[in-house]
Amino acid sequence: MSEKRKKILEVKHLKQYFNVGKLDEVKAVDDITFDVYEGETFGLVGESGSGKTTTGRSIIHLYEPTDGSILFEGKDISKLKTKKDFLDFRREMQMIFQDPYASLNPRMKIKDIVAEGIDIHHLAKDDAERSKMVEDLLETVGLNRDHSSRYPHEFSGGQRQRIGIARALAVKPKFIIADEPISALDVSIQAQVVNLLKDLQREHGLTYLFIAHDLSMVKYISDRIGVMHYGKLLEVGTADEVYAHPLHDYTASLISAVPVPDPEYERNRKQIPYDSSGEQDHPDNPRKLREIVPGHFVRCTEDEVAGYRQKAETYEQKA
Amino acid sequence: MAERILDVKNLKIDFHTYAGDVKAIRDVSFHLDKGETLAIVGESGSGKSVTTKSLMGLLANNAEVTGGSIMFHDQDILKKSEKEMQNIRGKDIAMIFQDPMTSLDPTMRIGQQIAEPLIKHKHVNKKKAWAQALELMKLVGITDAEERIRNYPHQFSGGQRQRIVIAIALVCYPEILIADEPTTALDVTIQAQILELMKELQEKIDTSIIFITHDLGVVAGMADRVAVMYAGQIVEYGTVDEIFFNPQHPYTWGLLNSMPTLSSTKLEAIPGTPPDLLDPPKGDPFVARNPYAMKIDAEQRPPFFKVSETHYAATWLLHPDAPKVTPPDEIIRRRQTFKDIMAHEAI
Repeated sequence: MSEKRKKILEVKHLKQYFNVGKLDEVKAVDDITFDVYEGETFGLVGESGSGKTTTGRSIIHLYEPTDGSILFEGKDISKLKTKKDFLDFRREMQMIFQDPYASLNPRMKIKDIVAEGIDIHHLAKDDAERSKMVEDLLETVGLNRDHSSRYPHEFSGGQRQRIGIARALAVKPKFIIADEPISALDVSIQAQVVNLLKDLQREHGLTYLFIAHDLSMVKYISDRIGVMHYGKLLEVGTADEVYAHPLHDYTASLISAVPVPDPEYERNRKQIPYDSSGEQDHPDNPRKLREIVPGHFVRCTEDEVAGYRQKAETYEQKA
Repeated sequence: MAERILDVKNLKIDFHTYAGDVKAIRDVSFHLDKGETLAIVGESGSGKSVTTKSLMGLLANNAEVTGGSIMFHDQDILKKSEKEMQNIRGKDIAMIFQDPMTSLDPTMRIGQQIAEPLIKHKHVNKKKAWAQALELMKLVGITDAEERIRNYPHQFSGGQRQRIVIAIALVCYPEILIADEPTTALDVTIQAQILELMKELQEKIDTSIIFITHDLGVVAGMADRVAVMYAGQIVEYGTVDEIFFNPQHPYTWGLLNSMPTLSSTKLEAIPGTPPDLLDPPKGDPFVARNPYAMKIDAEQRPPFFKVSETHYAATWLLHPDAPKVTPPDEIIRRRQTFKDIMAHEAI
């Protein structure tokens, strides 16, 4: 079904290396390929250092990719040259950051923070329209209209994250990258922010790239999930498939480590260890994402496909 | 009956700030038995960390204990001088902090940091202390311990550092180990390893653990008993099964309901934010966010109602005259599991 939908973002063989050519070269993102369809939420999960945040930053062009290409609505973003190109691009794509304490300028009033995009893109004719837009945005994200002349320190973490969301929405983007938007928040507030993101998606037809390490929350919000490890994308599939029928050993290990708020389950939990030594690449038999069952991809060699197919079949038989 | 090693009664702590007195801990009582793990759950600002800091005598300068007692065996910790506390801290009661990056001394070799409590508290000579430190490093799963004992903290990863912090905390075989969000800064796979390690070590050295966290998943796996804190008060406590499968306080319902499970389609968030403790609410602190709130919740603080010998909850809903309410679906589902467990145990 998803095949028919329009691809809004295509990441092709993206490589993002740091300190290239030096002794401490880091392959933060190493040849990853995935698509994001219009209107969906694509969840990118992985442990710290897996390259998920770097991927997000490369997509919004905060880094110049080492190799590979990123196509947004069919246009290669590394071909953007002029200031106007970038303005247009960033009007379409916005970002929500992890730390709501560090991502708002403490010296700016809320209305100026939220209106920064409006000002840059000249979206408001006059001051009155600008204020109206800001106040509408605050209301959209569940804050009070009167809050616009306050400063960030007057707000709690959850409220600040709402301000960050209002700022991203101000330019009416199509695509939002949310980099760990809830991991700094309390449990009861996390659910509020996630529900807000879901509601906004429905109302505005947004597409999300949702980056997080919290698997259960990613599974809840995402339509499809990509699992990253050491800069590589190991498994891609629908959220339900990946979570219920993990094919790659690393995914299974990651899921088995997630604590579940159920003492009965926890008493019987067996953590699956993961050994990454089997992942060594051979030049004549390269590993890449291969489709095992429709819509469910695993990074493997040609020879391993059969084994994974069998694994997928056993899952099906159990179900 | 298990030996009671810690008894906190009616603890009250205020923080003096420029804006007024923040009533951080408002009449908190709990106890800890030998060998058990008590989890204290709550959001930031609920007072869980302040409570444990008071057990260690580590409160900030602007904090004042305005009432209550903390009995460790037969001595009141609140009456101890700083000098006396120094003999308890690290020896009888030890603590693991949240951030393994900042709780180690970056200029000191790991071996020295693990051996230090032994040299100070047990008056062991340096050579013996280092030998014991080496044993402990092996016990907490540091590979090549013989070489790594001379390394500095920056040479270790986050998970390894937390293992070292655990080694330091356990080196004197403390009676009580306080773990304040010990795995929050770690990745899930590393978290699972550290939690497993803590359980193993607890059995080996027979220590009691107070586990502070906001992660209900971790609580479900670690705790024997659970206390739920909200706005400086304990609102419900009981065994881990009672809290997760038969919760009574609407705040506990809300917490369990706002966690995604495998089957959730819509998360039920708790609306609003916790109250301002400069001017705490008179009645049930959860009243403003509670969809089941009654008039009395705003006026009078509910006492603890007994649910079972081990399970108590401070909510007016348990009063005999209270109207019967239907809890959220998720809670009804959990209660069914509770019935199954109880039926199973009865057989």
